[in-house]
Amino acid sequence: MRRVAPVLEVLVPIALLGLWAVWSAGSDTFYYPPLTDILETFNETWLFERVGSDVVPSLLRLGAGYAIAVAAAVLVGIPLGLSRTARRAASPIVEFLRAIPPPALLPLAIVVIGVGNSMKIAIIAFVCLWPVLLNTIDGITGMDPTLNDTTRVYGVRGLTRLRLVILPAAAPQIFAGMRTSLSLAVILMVISEMVASTNGIGFFVLQSQRSFAIPEMWSGILLLGILGYVLNVLFTLIERRVLAWHRGARASALS
Amino acid sequence: MLEIRHLAKSYGDTHAIGDLNFTIGEREFVCVVGPSGCGKTTLLKCMSGLLAPSSGEVRLNDRPVTRPPEEMALVFQEYNRSLMPWMSVRNNVTLPLRHKKLDKAERSRLVEDAVEAVGLAGNLDRYPWQLSGGMQQRVAIARALAYQPEILLMDEPFASVDAQTRADLEDLILEVRERYDVTIVFVTHDIDESVYLSDRIVVLSPSPTSVKEILDVELPRPRDQVETKELGEFARLRAHVYRLIKRETARVAQ
Repeated sequence: MRRVAPVLEVLVPIALLGLWAVWSAGSDTFYYPPLTDILETFNETWLFERVGSDVVPSLLRLGAGYAIAVAAAVLVGIPLGLSRTARRAASPIVEFLRAIPPPALLPLAIVVIGVGNSMKIAIIAFVCLWPVLLNTIDGITGMDPTLNDTTRVYGVRGLTRLRLVILPAAAPQIFAGMRTSLSLAVILMVISEMVASTNGIGFFVLQSQRSFAIPEMWSGILLLGILGYVLNVLFTLIERRVLAWHRGARASALS
Repeated sequence: MLEIRHLAKSYGDTHAIGDLNFTIGEREFVCVVGPSGCGKTTLLKCMSGLLAPSSGEVRLNDRPVTRPPEEMALVFQEYNRSLMPWMSVRNNVTLPLRHKKLDKAERSRLVEDAVEAVGLAGNLDRYPWQLSGGMQQRVAIARALAYQPEILLMDEPFASVDAQTRADLEDLILEVRERYDVTIVFVTHDIDESVYLSDRIVVLSPSPTSVKEILDVELPRPRDQVETKELGEFARLRAHVYRLIKRETARVAQ
């Protein structure tokens, strides 16, 4: 099984693409053009004509919004995780804000911030904040009490304690939150670009549909899928590196 | 050097510790034994300043203990939970030294000496989860030693390892005690262990805990797992402590 799995990982997508190609070959339906047409359009559009005009702006918004969200969530999560009082005081607000469906904030954001990049970054950041924040709080409150006693006995305090004990202890949870946020970031990037934008991948997909450029629309959807996949792979690589100890500790606890 | 004066601790209506009094002298090795559930861990937490007593006090070198003192180190029973899995052995042992005013060379000398003393030289760059349970507890002991405490508290440190490892660790702790010249308070529920290791044994009663009896252990040193345990005096002490604890447990059960 172990040797078969990686091969399947490559073969199954290729087989599905093949099926799609065969099924759609010679299709004259307007909405489902042949896969070869879509790929051709993909090639013309994204390699690399519109990279500078649409892909880069999209990725910059995504990156900025996500980075702001993670930084803010961890910074706010630390005091909330450490103080029960702060947690109780903040919890109704946190629960309320995160319950708002993010797209509902778009009209407000457009009015308040405008239709520029800051609005999109703000929306992405706002949405990505919650999973990371809640997981940071959980990670810190769930710290082993023995670990806490250990730091107290050995006088490990202040920033040393935060940097070397609290944050690493909470890191597996923080990463779990960051993973959830990453997919939210892609979704919100697309939505915000569809609602108010003059460039970006989301804008391109909607614009193509409105101008009946169906293969272009399909190629944009395909690109978004690939983008999400690549981002996830990158994330996993980083996570494996940072949390190598966690995987090792878990593996040895199970054996 | 460490005095327990009229120490009491209750949680709500439950009196965990009734009224405890005893003193530990400099360079002594004192074992605290008692039936299970007699509040040994609570006592240790009060002694280390992790827990505030309900009444009475703990004094170290004539100063009241209100928070963990610098002269004290603690080895927990759960080695796998008190070591940081994200740190190598070296960094785990170094962690408590970070706020001490030491230059780099001095710090790494302390760390390397302590790790060598517990027989783990050559494992400095490994992670706790790559080591066996017994080795992990050795790392925890090395961390305590590198901290250079005057007094070392140990909370059933060998309760979660197998019998052979346990005997090795008992001899190890006797060795490092000589080498580091440290006072040790060792809490255990194992009667053999308490007789084998200590200069004195404090026998506790069941909860609400008080001191049942304090015994001097006049077995020759160095101790040996075979020879010491063959001595008539060892058997006598062991039986005596056993009866004390057994009788108390029986009385409570009735």
